[in-house]
Amino acid sequence: MKLDRRSFIKLMAMNSAATAAATLFPGVSFGAWSTTEMASGGILWKKTPCRFCGTGCSLLVGVSGDRAVAVKGDPNCTVNKGLCCVKGYHSIQILYGKDRIQKALVRKNGKMVEVPVAEALDLVARKMQETIQVHGKDAVAMYGSGQWSITDGYVASKLFKGCIGTNNVEANARLCMASAVTGCITTFGLDEPMGCYEDIEKADVFVTWGNNMAEMHPVLFSRMLATRKNRTHVKIIDFATRTTRSSLAADRSILFRPQTDLAVANAICYEIIRNGWVNWDFVNKHVSFHKGKTNIGYGTEDHFKFKDKAETVDFNALKLFLKDYTPENVEKISGVPAKDIKYLAALYGDPDKKVTSFWTMGMNQHTRGTWINNLVYNIHLLTGKISSPGNSPFSLTGQPSACGTVREVGTLTHKLPHGVVMNPDHRKMAARIWDVPVENIDPKPTYHTVEMFRALDRGDIRFMWIQVTNPMVTMPNLRRYRDGAEKEGRFVVVSEIYPTPTSDIADVILPSALWIEREGFFGNSERRTQHNEQIVPMPGETVSNTWQIMEVARKMGFEKQFPWSEETYIEDIWNEYIQFHDSPKHRMAPFKVLKERSGVQWPYVNGMETKWRYNAKYDPACKQKDFDFYGKKDHRAWIWLRPYEPPAESPDSEYPFWLNTGRVLEHWHTGSMTRRVPILHKAMPESYVEINPDDAARMGITNGSDVKISSRRGSLVMKAMINGRGNPPRGMVFVPFFDEKYLINEVTLDAFCPISKQPDYKKCAVKLERA
Amino acid sequence: MPVFSYLAYPEQGAKEQLLKDLSELRYCEITPAQNEELLILLTDTPDEDSEKQLQKKLKALDSLQSLGMAFGHMDD
Repeated sequence: MKLDRRSFIKLMAMNSAATAAATLFPGVSFGAWSTTEMASGGILWKKTPCRFCGTGCSLLVGVSGDRAVAVKGDPNCTVNKGLCCVKGYHSIQILYGKDRIQKALVRKNGKMVEVPVAEALDLVARKMQETIQVHGKDAVAMYGSGQWSITDGYVASKLFKGCIGTNNVEANARLCMASAVTGCITTFGLDEPMGCYEDIEKADVFVTWGNNMAEMHPVLFSRMLATRKNRTHVKIIDFATRTTRSSLAADRSILFRPQTDLAVANAICYEIIRNGWVNWDFVNKHVSFHKGKTNIGYGTEDHFKFKDKAETVDFNALKLFLKDYTPENVEKISGVPAKDIKYLAALYGDPDKKVTSFWTMGMNQHTRGTWINNLVYNIHLLTGKISSPGNSPFSLTGQPSACGTVREVGTLTHKLPHGVVMNPDHRKMAARIWDVPVENIDPKPTYHTVEMFRALDRGDIRFMWIQVTNPMVTMPNLRRYRDGAEKEGRFVVVSEIYPTPTSDIADVILPSALWIEREGFFGNSERRTQHNEQIVPMPGETVSNTWQIMEVARKMGFEKQFPWSEETYIEDIWNEYIQFHDSPKHRMAPFKVLKERSGVQWPYVNGMETKWRYNAKYDPACKQKDFDFYGKKDHRAWIWLRPYEPPAESPDSEYPFWLNTGRVLEHWHTGSMTRRVPILHKAMPESYVEINPDDAARMGITNGSDVKISSRRGSLVMKAMINGRGNPPRGMVFVPFFDEKYLINEVTLDAFCPISKQPDYKKCAVKLERA
Repeated sequence: MPVFSYLAYPEQGAKEQLLKDLSELRYCEITPAQNEELLILLTDTPDEDSEKQLQKKLKALDSLQSLGMAFGHMDD
């Protein structure tokens, strides 16, 4: 495309005005401004959501010929308003790694051999049929991802649950936000946050619970910092188990001992009640009180089962329950000074302050993940600080479509695109839309993720298809699951873009098209669905994950359920999928609208997005005045009495340190994409173990020296980092998991929240030795 | 050949009218904000005389409360 000087000047004029508007009116959108007019220097700019985290930044990708050559933030998107983080700016380089998988590979006589994609897909279909014939339908499984495009997850669910009739569909989002789901479901009856990112400009106080937003959600963090700069009374409180970049930028950093956030949340509620800060008008009209089972276990044994049972109680029961959680008592458990607990309670309790709580993995990867989600909701419900601008309890997702593909499409064993497999009405709806007999859909959930890999190890599952995820790096207690996957009589298919430890164990590797090489959708943390068109051609013989599943389904005889053509299948699937959500509580935007805009929030009703759910002023699904928590039959949000219970494993004399694992700014999860981006790799070339300086001095460990980390499950040697970007307290170490050379998950424990089944990657006991 | 861009603020409730009024003026390109009472006005006039004429017409618009310039360029 040619651009003359005058057009360039006009483009700059338009950009300047849009930037000025975004500064003056955060969130302003100029949807009518066509990005295709923004050509410069022969580059055509196309919109797409970012490939990485759950923030859902919209990018403009510059294309020259067939190649993506540049990235800039999309000024039309209210999420990032033209900003990107370092991963976003370099995101297109993930397309062009030298070792990109471009052909199908099949294991023959122990060696991976290139074959045509059609032949590999034939083999996948045949192996699946043979396995079903010999071992039954529940011997085949699909393990997907919160990085799946919405259509990938949808066709996977349709094939496995609707056509084959097994509920063996899971996704790696089980490892990152299942507790957020069960937290929402148990408190509100419906999943996903009630608020939106506009809360960032409206809140007076931010409390981040175990959440290093400066590295994990940098664009949202910068919006928070901008709010504090523009409105000087705004405070950011970092409540965490280790000091991070977020702590350093916060107004106050409060550290607590691992797992004791449960006790502190209860102590905040205690203080709110003791000081008379309960919003009685809200509580009387919109809240009910419940308690569940206690001493609920940790799921470390195979076939672990747990079902909670809710008992209705009243406010007095809550008050009585909280009497053990005085700030002074909780100081002893948590290490948080009573005055800091009172300070937090005063912030939440002040009727003149709007408070937003953000959390991510600290609360969700927790053996009581559902409980701590419930408890933070309790704080917001007692004070009535919820579902209104600036008042928002908000779980941020880590993956670009953990919400869109996993939570909304329902790619978990118990879920359907609308509702759950256990509900006969939900099964009927699915059978009608999928055009399958209702009897096909099994009413019993099978395996959640950890149990699915245990089943593969035991031999209950014999065939597993893994797409867009790298479980041979990410599974906790990894050695058991890798050994299990490599056992005789297992058949593993991996759809991938680069070689990984997971593709190393595959019998078939299918070459996948990546992100903007195919059309698709993501759904971000704030209920925003984002469409991307195919921007560059698919390299080699790569195909989209959606198309791979459809082809296999057809080869297995399900042509009727997957009739779509290559030209229109993404739009056709979207049109089928949105029938599941056709109500004011969850209506999705039509394809045409999504194509035009940089994301649209659901519920999308009468051409309007819903920014704050459950609030009659903003949410057309409300039937009551002011607030209506319509997800629950009693139309009330539930406050839960949830106690502090210790973690599955704590430091002892043999293993005296806590191990905490997580991510870093530069790398995306297991690093299979970002380690192939030279600038990101150079910025953070390998993993390390963060050690507190006092511990290091005591043990004679110096910066950069080798340290052996061991647990009851495994060990590894890596370099020490002392006074790096993060600093754990004494008695804790932190290891990022992005580097496949250092498989820290051979050390972690596969304990999980008994309600959400999400593993706890933040707490297990290890010892350190100089290596 | 001046090129300017502005944030155009309508009088209260007059966003649609301002959009209409500006659309009728020569040398003007308008992009309304979807979610704010605000428009972006881009002017691209062939010479200084046309620019002055346009400025007069803009000042006379009842639907326009004010203009905030964001960008300006004039060839030597």
